[in-house]
Amino acid sequence: MVYSVMIYDALIAPFTEFEFMRRALAAVIALALGGAPIGVFLMLRRMSLVGDAMAHAILPGAAIGFLLSGLNLFAMTTGGLIAGFTVAILAGVVARTTELKEDASLATFYLASLALGVTIVSIKGTNIDLLHVLFGNILAMDDQTLLVITFNATITLIVLAVIYRPLVIESVDPVFLRTVSRAGAPAHLAFLALVVINLVNGFQALGTLLAVGLMILPAGIARFWSRDITGMICIAVISAIVSGYAGLVLSFQTKVPSGPAIILVAALLYVGSVLFGSVSGLFRQMFPGRHLEA
Amino acid sequence: MAAQLQFRDVTLGYDRHPAVHHLDGEVASGALLAIVGPNGAGKSTLFRGIVGILRPLAGSILTGELDVHDIAYLPQTVDIDRSFPISVFDFVGTGLWRSIGFFGGMGKAARDKIAQALASVGLNGFENRPIGTLSGGQMQRMLFARVLLQDARLIVLDEPFNAIDARTSADLLALVRRWHAEKRTVLAALHDMELVRATFPETLLLARGPVAWGATAEVLTAENLLEARRMCEAFDESAAACAVDDVPSRAA
Repeated sequence: MVYSVMIYDALIAPFTEFEFMRRALAAVIALALGGAPIGVFLMLRRMSLVGDAMAHAILPGAAIGFLLSGLNLFAMTTGGLIAGFTVAILAGVVARTTELKEDASLATFYLASLALGVTIVSIKGTNIDLLHVLFGNILAMDDQTLLVITFNATITLIVLAVIYRPLVIESVDPVFLRTVSRAGAPAHLAFLALVVINLVNGFQALGTLLAVGLMILPAGIARFWSRDITGMICIAVISAIVSGYAGLVLSFQTKVPSGPAIILVAALLYVGSVLFGSVSGLFRQMFPGRHLEA
Repeated sequence: MAAQLQFRDVTLGYDRHPAVHHLDGEVASGALLAIVGPNGAGKSTLFRGIVGILRPLAGSILTGELDVHDIAYLPQTVDIDRSFPISVFDFVGTGLWRSIGFFGGMGKAARDKIAQALASVGLNGFENRPIGTLSGGQMQRMLFARVLLQDARLIVLDEPFNAIDARTSADLLALVRRWHAEKRTVLAALHDMELVRATFPETLLLARGPVAWGATAEVLTAENLLEARRMCEAFDESAAACAVDDVPSRAA
């Protein structure tokens, strides 16, 4: 009995007793549902670092929103979306029409964007508020922010369903898609837009620096447990939700800030997956069992 | 037979350098045409022009009433990401794009078609294997299965039998003959002259410019082949603009 009460106190009571914890949990579940599938596609398309680059590209937009209307998350989201879309689309167009590859063209644009963001901030900077932007605060979700996050997650899932087939074919055999359909480029641009939406979504909760973590780490975890893409997406979503929940509990019981706590839990799951994963995990490779007959 | 494909003084290339230079001619509907020539002769470039991936530098390629869905293309250096987690069944199923497109469901009929295509290329039992586990020959069989499903009237095969063992190429060649019997137009780039002589009634010998085009026996003569080898030199970086064009070339 004593133990069950302790477990209840540790794992469930924070959410039944405090509304801000319930909001945080709702936010993290919405983020997981939208972001984790996007992360799986980023990983499969070898674009994991693109997500990271995009997170920096968002900064000038967020900074302009911040300068215009203070710490209003809606204005900052809009600004971030505009900046992110601009960089993503310009980079995508340059990569598709010239010899420059996607990574190089994106690096150029996001560095320029980051420099612009820092310049804007330094013109009229209140550093403390900006720290909030950089690292987020999932424990301070108001109704409006929560609605924006769930709305964006919903949009993400709908758009992803629409572009799923061309996106998969474009990832595995782009030449084939080009010969049967012109859907490749629009699907790719729509996908980049989804990356931006989910980054902006994440920076309200986790900050610009860690937002990409809840997309990439679950995807990395999923790679070690499934060989097909449906399985990967399911595992990524589940591990993102588990990381979010466990990170919130950890943050509540200790003094670890919530954003880093969530990403650290995901990192622990990742290390466990690298070691013990059923698909090419290190232990599986060291002790593969005897070879088969055929 | 009506022409399925017409080349009107077409020049294809990269960075203004021609890789296929001033090609004229037409491919009859239902033709079985081999395209032969040394490496760098422009065979792959011509195919990229036909399927619409590469726009001509000058001239035009007319595909008549064929639209993009009526052309199936099997490229040579397949840009396939073999580490992508997709099964053989799903991969071959993408060949049904024409009928199911973005959203169409895969009903029983579609699944049966995929199973049949896999059986035709001898890949029964491979349905659930990830594509990354296939050997080179199995991969080529799988790509042929997808071409089968595309059910196209014009089929373009770029060196389909390279690095493929005798049995596999015999199996796949049987499919090519079947397509020919079904009155589909088949173009294939090949290096094996014996195979061309045995199977392909018509041959285009290409060496950037066309060397000869016609009945295979008349095209594949010793002097034509020698001529082709001679014509195929490297790009000249300082080449002047081509003077053959009377009108300024319309760069598309």
